[in-house]
Amino acid sequence: MSTATLRKSSLAGGQAPRWLPFAVGAGALVLGAALASLAGFSIGLWAVFAGLLFVVAGPAVVGAIEGRRKGVDALARYLVYGAFLLALIPLVSVIYTVLARGLPGLDLNMLMTSMGGVTGATDNAAAAGETPVYGGAYHAILGTLVVTFWATLMSVPVGLLTAIFLVEYSGGRISGLIARIITFLVDVMTGIPSIVAGLFAAALFVQIFDDPSMRMGFIASVALSVLMIPTVVRNAEEMLRIVPNELREASYALGVRKWRTIAKVVIPTAISGISSGVTLAIARVIGETAPILVTAGFVTTINANAFSGWMTTLPTYIYYQIVTPTSPTNPGISEGRAWSAALILIVIVMVLNLLARLIAKIFAPKTGR
Amino acid sequence: MSKRIDVESLNVYYGDFLAVEDVNIQIDPRAVTAFIGPSGCGKSTFLRTLNRMHEVVPGARVEGKVNLDGEDLYGRGVDPVRVRSQVGMVFQRPNPFPTMSIRDNVLAGAKLNSRRMSRSAADELVESSLRGANLWEEVKDRLGKPGSGLSGGQQQRLCIARTIAVKPDVILMDEPCSALDPISTLAVEDLISELQEEYTVVIVTHNMQQAARVSHKTAFFNIAGTGKPGRLIEYAPTQEIFNNPKNQATEDYVSGRFG
Repeated sequence: MSTATLRKSSLAGGQAPRWLPFAVGAGALVLGAALASLAGFSIGLWAVFAGLLFVVAGPAVVGAIEGRRKGVDALARYLVYGAFLLALIPLVSVIYTVLARGLPGLDLNMLMTSMGGVTGATDNAAAAGETPVYGGAYHAILGTLVVTFWATLMSVPVGLLTAIFLVEYSGGRISGLIARIITFLVDVMTGIPSIVAGLFAAALFVQIFDDPSMRMGFIASVALSVLMIPTVVRNAEEMLRIVPNELREASYALGVRKWRTIAKVVIPTAISGISSGVTLAIARVIGETAPILVTAGFVTTINANAFSGWMTTLPTYIYYQIVTPTSPTNPGISEGRAWSAALILIVIVMVLNLLARLIAKIFAPKTGR
Repeated sequence: MSKRIDVESLNVYYGDFLAVEDVNIQIDPRAVTAFIGPSGCGKSTFLRTLNRMHEVVPGARVEGKVNLDGEDLYGRGVDPVRVRSQVGMVFQRPNPFPTMSIRDNVLAGAKLNSRRMSRSAADELVESSLRGANLWEEVKDRLGKPGSGLSGGQQQRLCIARTIAVKPDVILMDEPCSALDPISTLAVEDLISELQEEYTVVIVTHNMQQAARVSHKTAFFNIAGTGKPGRLIEYAPTQEIFNNPKNQATEDYVSGRFG
């Protein structure tokens, strides 16, 4: 042992200490601050200088200690670190801003009351400190849940069955052709601007009911499902395709019919991926604003019935609170409501994501002995 | 129950490609028949025509007759699903259903078809099938655990238990030991020689010692060249194929002088 430490190994080169990235990072921050203050200090400038110094100095130091090849390797590694931190900035910034501005207004009033009866005078009184802030987003939360529920209820069966056709039933010549056409159309549908989906749904129901001002929550659900279906199809198709063919054959070889094989072997095997895909599709459309505006309208009161009357969802609520504040002289109150509503929306999406993970975990093929 | 299989001038196609040409063979009940031959000679393809599994591949079709105790599997109006419940199959790679427990894997044939079954009858079927597959002693304490947690050899025996649980007349095995170690292979081979007392067993293998060990009759398949159809070259009792083959190609293959 002692001789080994005395004699230098011919295989080992110089070794940079493990704390080097942190030391370089700290140095870059200090030097970056100094450089930034030379050019008139701002946080953005500081971040840019510090980041550049980090990416340049780190590899240079590593190269000096460990040699050229290790230096190039370190350059790639530090670029990856840098890109990761860069991608983190907007994420952290959004969460921080929404929390900082949304949390103060998030109280029982916000969660449990609607904007019914809340006028500019109420907000002015609240701004003057005479009354608490009245009015909340209960109707918008309810509207979001109802509209999304109906959209999911329509998209999941259509999307899942389409995916089953594409994966399991497109073997023949004609069905293969149909499958290629469907795949192409699904790809096109993925790229539809959301406002176009909204206008489609609105126009459809105007045609059906022959009423140019026809608006209700269900029309918004139709618009959202137009946006959801391609995502669900694409995701479910991929999940079904990775189910090993051996399992299908094993089932056929036991004398099990094709539809039973699909229903009881293929789908259960893929269900965890499908369910998380569905949740992600929901999370994507839950924040849509434009298609809701043209299909469900906007109200300040509670409406839980998707089949009659106008309906508000969180995105349209946020939009209206910002664009047309309840009290034009004291827009800060409405702005606070908008931030709180944004926070609620983010929490809903986050809960959906956690739910997807939970479902995926529950349904995942079991392992263990 | 155990049935004999008579194949008359069978051609197997994938689309327009003739994969196996003009096979005539009589497979005995209560015996093990082995198919040997080089890779790509069509022995697996031919095996899959015996329970109509080949038609799972789009474009695959056959010409000719396969008679199971005199009933043509390819006759008009024959339901491939009913054929497969009489002719079971074990695959090259063990493929237990990953979402099911060991017990549910054995009951898969009944459960997937939603056959109603009392709990005691199900327990009995699980035990008899697992005993039949020489697996009962190893798994009886963990029937509720997932089948994918077993070793490869145990998984393969679980798949055999799953196959015999539907009480077929014939069991087809497509290289059942090629993914297993020698000890698991021995366990499966022992099982095969027990299975022949009740079933017609047909096994495809690349391992000639295995064919010599377990089978009564052996069929040698060969292919003239790439793109040419596979053919049945020689079919005889195993002793004869290995010790005294009539055909030069068979002799070259079994003595290792092939190619």
